[in-house]
Amino acid sequence: MSITYLEAIREAQYEALRHDPTVFLYGQDIATFGGAFKATKNLSSEFPGRVFDAPISEDAMVGMAVGAAVEGARPIIEMQFADFSSVGFNQIVNQAATLYWRTNVQCPITIRLPSGGTAGSGPFHSQSMEAIYAHYPGLVIVTPATVEDAYWMLLDSVALNDPVVFCEHKFLYYHLKADQIGERGLPIGKARIARPGRHATIVTYSAMVHEALRAAEELQLDGYQIEVVDLRSVKPMDTDTILASVARTGRLLALGEAFPWGGVTAEIIARISSEGFHLLDAPPLRLNSKDTPIPYHPNLWKAHRPTVSTIAAALRQLLRY
Amino acid sequence: MSLAETTNCCETDLTADFRDQFLLTYRHMLLARVLEEKLGSLYRAGGRIVGGVYLGKGQEAFSAALGVQLQKGKDIYGPLIRDQAGRIAYGEPILDCVRTYLGAVTGPMRGRDGNIHRGRPKEGLLAMISHLGGLLSVVAGGLFARRLAGTLRDSIGATSIGDGGTSTGAFHEGLNMAAVEKLPIIISVANNQYAYSTPIARQYACENLVDRAVGYGVAGVSVDATDLAACLKTFRAAAARARSGGGPQMIVGSLLRLAGHGEHDDASYIPDKARRGSAARDCLVVAEQFARDHGWLNATELRELNEEIRRNVDQTIAKVSNEPTPDPFKENWHALSSADLVEGQHEA
Repeated sequence: MSITYLEAIREAQYEALRHDPTVFLYGQDIATFGGAFKATKNLSSEFPGRVFDAPISEDAMVGMAVGAAVEGARPIIEMQFADFSSVGFNQIVNQAATLYWRTNVQCPITIRLPSGGTAGSGPFHSQSMEAIYAHYPGLVIVTPATVEDAYWMLLDSVALNDPVVFCEHKFLYYHLKADQIGERGLPIGKARIARPGRHATIVTYSAMVHEALRAAEELQLDGYQIEVVDLRSVKPMDTDTILASVARTGRLLALGEAFPWGGVTAEIIARISSEGFHLLDAPPLRLNSKDTPIPYHPNLWKAHRPTVSTIAAALRQLLRY
Repeated sequence: MSLAETTNCCETDLTADFRDQFLLTYRHMLLARVLEEKLGSLYRAGGRIVGGVYLGKGQEAFSAALGVQLQKGKDIYGPLIRDQAGRIAYGEPILDCVRTYLGAVTGPMRGRDGNIHRGRPKEGLLAMISHLGGLLSVVAGGLFARRLAGTLRDSIGATSIGDGGTSTGAFHEGLNMAAVEKLPIIISVANNQYAYSTPIARQYACENLVDRAVGYGVAGVSVDATDLAACLKTFRAAAARARSGGGPQMIVGSLLRLAGHGEHDDASYIPDKARRGSAARDCLVVAEQFARDHGWLNATELRELNEEIRRNVDQTIAKVSNEPTPDPFKENWHALSSADLVEGQHEA
């Protein structure tokens, strides 16, 4: 018996629906069809009247969730692809994110964003939106890298009384498996040491955790022990765990799949440069995708995102300093 | 020729019950007008009001005729920029208005947001954001959640928009979604001829905005928004249809904005010809004349009503003037309700 990252997301929604009668699901093709990725497979028959197909109206979907939350519901919204959340952007960052601060009324909504690239998906079905949403006050941005986190952090997100943008990585949907879901891990807001080391730290999140671990394996052959920190949530960002890791290793590589300008990796570098400058034995490095839209053909796509070899090259550069 | 019907009032509509609602609504309109004139003069005097002042002058009848159909605490209301009269009719105390304009911490927005961006969502009064059209789906979502929870019963929702706001994608998405879900919602469209300075000829190409209703599969009615009696009849019928399962009701009112977009705007772009047209009638004057013509109000009652309302407004402003404004050192600067997830200040 094993469970995939995608199945864990379905199971978490099953559990949320079972446990809390105020939870409902709203999104395109999610009812009878079970969702474009089958993340809601069978849920509409298991929970009649609680899983709804939405029109292709991302703005209205999020606005509707906010109104429902005011009335005491805990909606889970599925964006078919993270990329399309740009159409609902205004409702996410201006309606949902400001509600509590402006009116003292909580906004417990969870917006699921099938994120990140897979080969052949092209410019509009591959984006990573976490930095965009993290920029706005009033949102929690969750980026699970493991089956266990996909399950428990989704349940935790639904239970939170604030709006959560849940960035689940499509590349992990089918490939990432675990024997079982496992015990509840760390809470949202705490990073995890995915691999301990002492020569350099990679701070990353989501699918790039697995690429970082493979690069760390490669560097081990040269005798380097690379520590990998999995942020788990990019906002809040667990600066203390990053600082503690850099204190052990003296070297930092911030790694992300998103576009290079600004963003999560820039935030990591900014924080460690200002709060942990004295801990650094080398200038901190960043590695992101290239600064172009995400290409369609696998040959281009593989070269657009960070890979084990580009991560390993960045680590070697960091270690040579 | 428009596809939708236009409502007019006739003598048989003028029951005692209708008269009572007319007079109550007129009172709300007058209070809104007097309050807003006071806010306008405070703005022009400078110093007391930070930010803009946005008036509903000329739209009181259309706005209040909807608000008076709603029951505070039962129905969900998402008013927009020119709905001071509707807010009063719904039951929002003018204290909330003045406290928000003056930025008092005692108000519902506590100085965090201002002027017309106010509400008490848990009491059914949503606080608009500035992005037009976005409220429609929020009102719809509240109704949707109630239906799921089995608490909808005969409650309804209502929200307002102007001619300009109907051009947004959010308006289209929200109205379509409300129609698909057959939610009990009233959408009032105040076609006041100008979106800030842009005339309707640059806003839409259909003959009448109400013609859009049929395209969404919702009921559509147009009304002379300067005529309180017609507005009341229209919104009464729309509310009754919505409460009894008739789905979304779109009401388009024709009028002219009798103020600038805000008090910073002299509206010099509105040509004299438009100012002399029938849409430029002042709904307050029309309503007063109607009441006098029907013997519902005499000169003494009108004078007393005016005095009472002016006293109320002056006292409210005096009271709020002595209330505390926000202190940045007492502000917690938390945008999340989950205090354990609030990040520390990571400033270089």
